[in-house]
Amino acid sequence: MSLLTAPRSAKAKPEETRSASEIRADKRRGRVGYLLILPGFIFMLLFFVLPVFSLLATSLYTKPPGADIGQFVPALQFSNYAAVLGSYWPELVRSFAFALIATVAALAIGYPMAYLVAVRLRGRKLLQGILLVLIIAPFFTSFILRTQAWKQILADEGPVVAVLRAMALLPEDGRLTATAFAVVCGLTYNFLPFMTLPIYANLERLDTRLIEAGGDLYANSFTTFRTVTLPLSMPGVIAGTLLTFIPASGDYINAALLGNNQNTTMIGQVIDSRFFRVVDYPGASALSFVLMLAILFLVILYVRRFGTKELL
Amino acid sequence: MRRRIGPWLVPAFGGLAFLFLLVPIAYVFAFSFNDAGRTNLSWRGFTLDNWRNPCGAPAVCESLANSLQISSIVTVIATILGTAIAIGLVRLRFKFNATANMLIFLPLATPEVVLGASLLAQFLNIGVDLGVGTIIIAHSMFCISFVVVAVKARVASLDPKLEEAAADLYASPIQAFWRVTFPLLLPGIVAAALLAFAMSFDDFIITNFNSGNVDTFPKFIYVAATRGIPAQANVIGSAMFIIALLIVIGGQILSNRRAKMLAAR
Repeated sequence: MSLLTAPRSAKAKPEETRSASEIRADKRRGRVGYLLILPGFIFMLLFFVLPVFSLLATSLYTKPPGADIGQFVPALQFSNYAAVLGSYWPELVRSFAFALIATVAALAIGYPMAYLVAVRLRGRKLLQGILLVLIIAPFFTSFILRTQAWKQILADEGPVVAVLRAMALLPEDGRLTATAFAVVCGLTYNFLPFMTLPIYANLERLDTRLIEAGGDLYANSFTTFRTVTLPLSMPGVIAGTLLTFIPASGDYINAALLGNNQNTTMIGQVIDSRFFRVVDYPGASALSFVLMLAILFLVILYVRRFGTKELL
Repeated sequence: MRRRIGPWLVPAFGGLAFLFLLVPIAYVFAFSFNDAGRTNLSWRGFTLDNWRNPCGAPAVCESLANSLQISSIVTVIATILGTAIAIGLVRLRFKFNATANMLIFLPLATPEVVLGASLLAQFLNIGVDLGVGTIIIAHSMFCISFVVVAVKARVASLDPKLEEAAADLYASPIQAFWRVTFPLLLPGIVAAALLAFAMSFDDFIITNFNSGNVDTFPKFIYVAATRGIPAQANVIGSAMFIIALLIVIGGQILSNRRAKMLAAR
């Protein structure tokens, strides 16, 4: 992902060798640059940065005694955080656990896919093109329609349950829908392209002579993969895992459609229902803010640990 | 004798993965031909009625019209603002560039539910009525980041010597931009616009927070899911799939032809 690559550094020429006109042209380029980014940045400031502060402010509001539903006044009620964390920490932990399992599963499925298309089929342009379109194909069908399709495929009277029962892999009364398994399956499925595409973009640029060199040096294919291919593709793997983990941990469509209500509830569902059903804006805002901070914390930790210079 | 399974492991596993990816899409497509009646849950026989009358179920086409309108406006806003940012960023000094990149990256590193909730908190605080306008604002906000990422990749691959060559041939900076840089960026901009449209059209979570009682297509399906999604929704979903596929394949053929033409020169 080019987003994660370091910006191109400014002209590397030392100042004294640059002519006055060059410096003037550079300054003008800079001014044009600021003018170009200004409208977009004002938009982002108004509708992304400001709302995050709005969220923070709302999370500290308090309900005055005797107020109507949905009426809150500005305050610094930090106990809102303790209250929602006390009640909903299991959902928060579960969201991260589900997202983590789904990310690992998506990596296990997405990496071989990307490898197959980018390395094994290199040079076969047509086949590569078709498979690449198939990888992004899910984007073209509604997310919710596909998730609903999974629900019906995994349903009690559906084909998968019938086969698993016949093979005695699932007890006669066992089911797949309304389980944590179904939710994680759905998350894995829905975010698989986000995992596969960055890895593909990375492996596509891999010089296959390096793999051959591994073989020439008597490394078996597994060792070559572990010591050559995998390290070289790490930027793609990191981008892919982030693009899968982040949306998966906040998702609630899968949990709502494929889960049951007791032990598959994810944090997104809680935030949604506190906003719209319970009309507890401060609580919902506090939970959103905690989710945002927790993810930022995890992402920074992860990038520090595995990141290359190309990241952030 | 031990057979070597190594060479077949990756294709076999990769093939299964593609199957996994495509089964639900095939399912959606197949059930658009189901003689379903009100709930499209089990197969009741083949029919073309749903395709002949895609607006047959109540409220399907109203929500689709809303979605098409919203996504078109969002695509225009996000593509213009995002492309300008992507081109502008390259011209900035290093120090500010990092901050600017951070501001573009953060919405992508924030789960949709948080983006939706913070905008909702904002709209509630300043007392804005939720509706089509707030959906457009919300979608544009997260689509800008995607456009910047997609176009920036293209800008970074440009050879700065081309603009310099144009300047050497006495083109003004504005001429150099419109005659040289912009045509080279165009494929990236078109791809970014398509991405923005797709992201906006398929978004549910952010929409759900900021839509009030306006129904978009995904919101309609989500609400309908509790009592059964009409087969007409499958028809629309499948039709969108086919249209998108044709656009992508058409784009591929076009860019291949262009590459061949350039090579032949």
